[in-house]
Parts: sequence; C-alpha cells; structure tokens
Amino acid sequence: MSEDQMYSLSVNGKVHEVRDSWVGESLLYVLRERLGLPGAKGACEQGECGSCTVMLDGAAVCSCLVLAASAVGSDIVTVEGLSPDGQLTDVQESFIQHGAVQCGFCTPGLIVAIHNLLDENPRPTELQVKEAISGNICRCTGYGRIFAAVQDVIETRGA
Amino acid sequence: MSVYTPQTIDDAVGFLLAHPDAMLLSGGTDFMVEVNFNHRKPSQVVSTKAIDELRQWKIDRTTNTVFIGAGVTYSTIENSKISEVARALAEAARTVGSPQIRAAGTLGGNLGTCSPAGDTLPVLAALDATIHIASPTGRRDQVFTDFMVGPKKNSLRTGELVVGVSLPIVDSWQGYAKVGVRNAMVISIASACLVRNRADDSVKVALGSVGPTIIRAYEAETWWQSQPNTPNTAEMFNDFGSRCATESRPITDHRSTADYRRHAIKVLCARLAARSATP
Repeated sequence: MSEDQMYSLSVNGKVHEVRDSWVGESLLYVLRERLGLPGAKGACEQGECGSCTVMLDGAAVCSCLVLAASAVGSDIVTVEGLSPDGQLTDVQESFIQHGAVQCGFCTPGLIVAIHNLLDENPRPTELQVKEAISGNICRCTGYGRIFAAVQDVIETRGA
Repeated sequence: MSVYTPQTIDDAVGFLLAHPDAMLLSGGTDFMVEVNFNHRKPSQVVSTKAIDELRQWKIDRTTNTVFIGAGVTYSTIENSKISEVARALAEAARTVGSPQIRAAGTLGGNLGTCSPAGDTLPVLAALDATIHIASPTGRRDQVFTDFMVGPKKNSLRTGELVVGVSLPIVDSWQGYAKVGVRNAMVISIASACLVRNRADDSVKVALGSVGPTIIRAYEAETWWQSQPNTPNTAEMFNDFGSRCATESRPITDHRSTADYRRHAIKVLCARLAARSATP
C-alpha cells in the first residue's frame, strides 16, 4: 500500500473508505480525524493511558499503537459500536448511576475494556476487574465508583 | 511510507531483501510509539499480520520443546498451555504493559526491538532458547545469547526475519521477577529469570536492564553448583543474589541509577532463589 492509495477499514460492522491519509497514521487518528468517530480518545499516544481502547478482532487494544493501514481486513469495534445509535449499554448506564464519570476523558476506553472483560469472564473477581483495567488511567475518580459500577453490572447480568 | 502485507515468510524475505530499509511491523507497540512521536519515519513497512505461520505455537513432547511463533502475543503466552510448560516466560509476559499491550505485542517484536529491558529476553537467555530465522538462503538457528548483540541490536541481516523461538521443556522450577516504579504498565529497571533444574539442581540465571545485552550470571551459576550442600538458607540466597549483582553491568539513565539497579538485582535474585526452594 503506498502513499496515495486508498484503503478500507471495517468499523462497527460498516466498511469505511480512508482517503487522503498518510500511511503512517495510527488507527486512533484515522478513526477520529478521517472517519468522524471521536469516541476513542487520544492522550498519551504511547499505549500508557488506555483512553483510545478499541476492539480489534475481538481483543481490546490501544488504537494509538495500531498502524491503521495494517488493520485492513480486521474487525474493529469502537465505543460507538457497542450498542445501536442513541442507546447506552448496561455498562454505560451503570457508570452514570454510580457517578463513575467525572471529567469523562478515560470513560470510553474504560467502557470498551470492561465490555471486553465481561464478554470473556462474566463473573470476574475484584482483582480480575482491577487487572483488566490496569491499562486504563483515570485521574479523577480514584476508581472506587468505577469498581462499584462494574460490580453492579456483574450482579445484574448474573441475576 | 507504504505498507506491504506478505502472506508467506518467503514472500516477506524476498521483499525485505529488495527493500533493505523496510521496517518489520508485528504488534506495533514499540514501532507506533516511535512513529507517533516522529522519532521514526520509515519509508517502507512490512506488516507480518497476514503470515499465519508466525502465529503458530506447538508443544512437542517427543523432543520436549515448545515452539512459539514470532507473532504469538504476550496474551497468548500468558493464557494458553504455553504457560504450563514455560512458566517463567508466562510470568514475564504477564508483567508486560497492560492487557491492551499484551493483546497486541508479540514475542517476535520483543526480539526485533531487542531492548535490554525486553521482558521475555532474560527468560530466553536463561533457557538457552533457539531463535529460528528465515533468511534469503534458507532457515538458520541461533542461540539467544548470540542473537542479541547490543542495546536494541540483534544479529539479523538484510532480508532476515525471526520465525519463532524454541524453548526446552525442562523439569525445573522457573520464575521471573522485575522491579519498576509501580506494579502495572511498567518498563523494568532491573529484571531476572531463574531456572532451577530438578535433575541435578543446577541453576541458570539471566539479568535484564542491567547491561547492553541480557547478561547470564555464569559465575553465580557455577558457585551454586560448587556448594557442598544445595543453597537452602536465607544467607546463601543472599550470597547468590550478591554474586549475580557483581556480574551485572548497569548504567545510570533516565529510568534509574546504576547503584540502585545493582542492589535490585541482588534482591531479585535472592528472592527468586528463595522462591525456588519453597514447595
């Protein structure tokens, strides 16, 4: 794939054409600036903060560390694709109820990471929850309300 | 910059030979940081994503080895049966970055970057891992200690790529330990892998982040073997740790000081030795 070539990415079940981009752009940049999907947030650009977390072929990864042009053929799901337009997932609802959002910048990444955890392990222990979001940095909440929100989802889904 | 995505190893080798400046891309967790910060602006990238052979791994009970393809992720090493036969490698993989990093980063990427802080590398050194390399003239094998030649330098030549790694499955206690500024998301300041063979109670110990390459503490290994009684007291474990520290060659840099690193090696190796003696 060379400098001026167009390529397509499958995001949230739809094929998106990426035009006029530099081939070194990260998936995060392409999602936000080329495809109009600003849910994933950009902060550290080096995989430290997790605010850009998306699902790539079923695994939660940092989209800032994915070369967009190398994600051709992969199945990408962003926070926008977790539920139909205009609706919230149970994890998002629980975040609101428990006040797990303050500035909100880390929230989309956390939501994706938590959905990924609960898809793989519906009844995680507290330690497993902590480990699953160890790559998502939140500087506001102190995490207490985030854990409460996740615990509520675990119990509600298990009921 | 352009991206080429070969389907086979031969195709990748041919392309790398024709484009000596091309950068190999595996999980992207090192490469993209450099691109994002404009530290690297490669003109040609070869993505290994479509090469199925690189993602294979296999436990072979007849030869007692485990083969791990270069494209196998830390997450797979941590969560698959690889963790049962290569305990220290799984422990090392689990200390890498975050779940997001471990889902993307690969063993081959760790070897390609070849940083002295690479978490899997002390394990490969302690187990005398064989690195399988595809080259324009066919396949060649190299032991890890010959493969890594300096900080972020390996012995790969133009047109070559790492296909995978073979580790012996040994009846042993093995463990990995590292020190960083906190528990999660940390690049090691000092790290160590200890493999204690049950058959003859020999040990192999390798040190990370404390030299230009991973360092095998051969003299400490020999000392362990020469003891009339197997080391089994805190005093002896500490002695072993001190001997390992003597063989480290740390520098002071933005991450830590040479003195602290040497001290950390002493503590880590003493703790690993103590852990190896705990049933």
